[in-house]
Amino acid sequence: MTAEIILFWLFAFLTCAGAILVAVSQNVVRMAFSLVLTLGSTAVLFLLLGADFVGATQLLVYVGGTLVLLVFGVMLTATGPFTRIKSSPADAILSGLIGVVFLFIVASTVTAVPWVDSEDGNDISQKIKIGTHTKSAEGGFNPAQQGNTTRPLGLSFLSLRADRDLKLGLPSELSAESNTAPVVPGASVVMPGVTPPPKSSVPPSTGYLLPFEIVSVHLLVVLVGAAYLARTKRRATT
Amino acid sequence: MEPTPDKFLFISAVLFVCGVVCMTTKRNGIGILMGVELVLNAANLNFITFSRFTPLGLDGQVFSLFVIVLAAAEAAVALAIALNFYNNHLTIDVDRGDELHG
Amino acid sequence: MDTLFAANSLAEFLQALLTLVGIPISAETAYLIAVVTHVALVVGWFGLPAGLFIWAERKISARIQDRLGPTRVGGKFGWLQSLADGAKLIQKEDLVPKDADGLMFRMAPYIVVVASLAAYLALPFSDGWTAVALDTGLFLTLAVLSLEVLGVILAGYSSGSKWALFGAIRESAQMVSYEIPMALCALCPIVTAGTLNLNEVALLQSGGIWNWNILHPFNFFAFFVYFTCATASCKRAPFDLAEAESELVAGFLTEYSGFRWSLFFLAEYASMFLVSGLATVLFLGGWDDGLGILAAIKTASPTGVGSFLANAIGLLFFLVKASVLVCVQIWVRWTLPRLRIDQVMTTCLKYLIPISCFLFAGTVVYPLVLATMSGKTSIIGQPAGERLVQPKKAAGVSSAGAKNESHLRITATGTEGSSR
Repeated sequence: MTAEIILFWLFAFLTCAGAILVAVSQNVVRMAFSLVLTLGSTAVLFLLLGADFVGATQLLVYVGGTLVLLVFGVMLTATGPFTRIKSSPADAILSGLIGVVFLFIVASTVTAVPWVDSEDGNDISQKIKIGTHTKSAEGGFNPAQQGNTTRPLGLSFLSLRADRDLKLGLPSELSAESNTAPVVPGASVVMPGVTPPPKSSVPPSTGYLLPFEIVSVHLLVVLVGAAYLARTKRRATT
Repeated sequence: MEPTPDKFLFISAVLFVCGVVCMTTKRNGIGILMGVELVLNAANLNFITFSRFTPLGLDGQVFSLFVIVLAAAEAAVALAIALNFYNNHLTIDVDRGDELHG
Repeated sequence: MDTLFAANSLAEFLQALLTLVGIPISAETAYLIAVVTHVALVVGWFGLPAGLFIWAERKISARIQDRLGPTRVGGKFGWLQSLADGAKLIQKEDLVPKDADGLMFRMAPYIVVVASLAAYLALPFSDGWTAVALDTGLFLTLAVLSLEVLGVILAGYSSGSKWALFGAIRESAQMVSYEIPMALCALCPIVTAGTLNLNEVALLQSGGIWNWNILHPFNFFAFFVYFTCATASCKRAPFDLAEAESELVAGFLTEYSGFRWSLFFLAEYASMFLVSGLATVLFLGGWDDGLGILAAIKTASPTGVGSFLANAIGLLFFLVKASVLVCVQIWVRWTLPRLRIDQVMTTCLKYLIPISCFLFAGTVVYPLVLATMSGKTSIIGQPAGERLVQPKKAAGVSSAGAKNESHLRITATGTEGSSR
């Protein structure tokens, strides 16, 4: 447990420090690399929160992709080495003040909320603790108990809510429920025409197939659009 | 000392405020983009925190995945616009884009 | 936190062995020793390749060019040449150019080194011998590898030199472009296996050379495309445009000297070994010996000393396979001429990306087509599903936890089920 607490505080500090540097710094390249620090540390926070797939996506797409693009943009638009475009001191002070006030409001809101589950009255933070890994029985694998979200996420993009309807994300319940039949609830639902009724009385939740498709088409459109915008010829006016 | 939801939310508040300050003060177009990224990241951190500590479950993670993907798309388009702006004005200072200003 | 480090197999082995000898040892102590050993393994295989393969590179290049290479330091073959080089480099003056952005200039080598070290986190050296057995293993590895480019850009930009800037821009364009076909080709064996966990991917190929992914028709070609892209993403010749010394002095390395320069080299050789290890795990069966002997040993004694020794021998197989791939990279470097930058980009954008898209689509469709035609999902070897749904511990899945096995079973039957 202690290691996770240390990691949490370290990366919480790095995240905040990077964010403040982004806001304060006047040098664009330094801003970009403070942003790298922030987003990378946020990815680690995601991993600590048990969202390993999102954390890896954050690293791959955000830090490895988007930020490289941003740095390219900085390089292509720099007129001299280490360009600075300064904002006026009055602006900086004003926005800094407003920022501090705003942060105070948001932070006081956050701390004012009692983090208690409305159903059973337990403290939420105590209910699901970070880092509840248990030692796996044999062999060198992580237990699938926490953090292994790849498969449920993939299934949810195929309109299957593994965590809700199939209870795939919870191996302990799974093994208790179905000892005899091999654990194939996911597979049996995938097969067309054969849809076993959900075990719970709650209607099956919908997945994210449609948003997923929309986002992929959106990405294609963006790709074409960005390529079109960027390919216009340089015509230097003024 | 335990990482509780309010601590994560506080980090995300810091990210958000820094992003907003960045968006309002920077005159460099790409600096403004970076502010947007910070704000989106704050939202992501909130989503993931709630997916961990509340019954939101996977929904939070799915949403943050969408946010990440859309942020990448947004950055691509915004950068293309910034490059066009640079081509037309020979600077990336957004205060110079004021031809329509009467 | 405790099973974040997948040191259990070694811990169990230590406990079993020492109890056998007569020194009882507590579980915690065994675990601690195991963790330290694993850390040593990872850090060692991060640092060692630099020394070993720089020496190998000098010898191989010398032989290719009909020279002798290093012969004096440390005996007949110049074994200690890299050590001497390292000592020399550390002594050199650490220069920061006047025009450079000092802080970022100093920081850049560390970003590169940290990125390529962190990529070792999820690489399994043998069954269960991995620093962090993540379910997103390959994904995380590729993600962390893609961070290296940031250090390169930073180095080039902060140097305050046009050569460095040109080199960095070329380099980053190349690395970012080659990431796409590399990731697509790395996904082909992932689709075949149905899991991103590198350990599981390698386990699925154990039991004989006929089970290796490279004998899958689409993965066979994917392997070569992957290897080409991996060579490019390690900035190795024929794709070493960044360091094209005839045009750019030394690319983004121009202004670096001494220790920081050697850090870049450490990272380069470490990531060469990393991508080769990844290729081994994904395509070449990982730690499998190709004859099914190790898998048989592990089936016979799923836990304890026998399994541990099988794993240790598997480690040797893994290291040999990966090292051979690194030597191929060295061989390619010294026998092929460097491409021009436009040729590099054309190769990637016009050839490698369409090819890898085709291969990826082919890998997805192949088992479905095969299943409708012949009722099996593979021609050579056992279909992946049969390797898994066999009774427990049959296919060398011995040390996998029961929960992971059930996960594996889901995948296997999932693909089988949907293919019929």
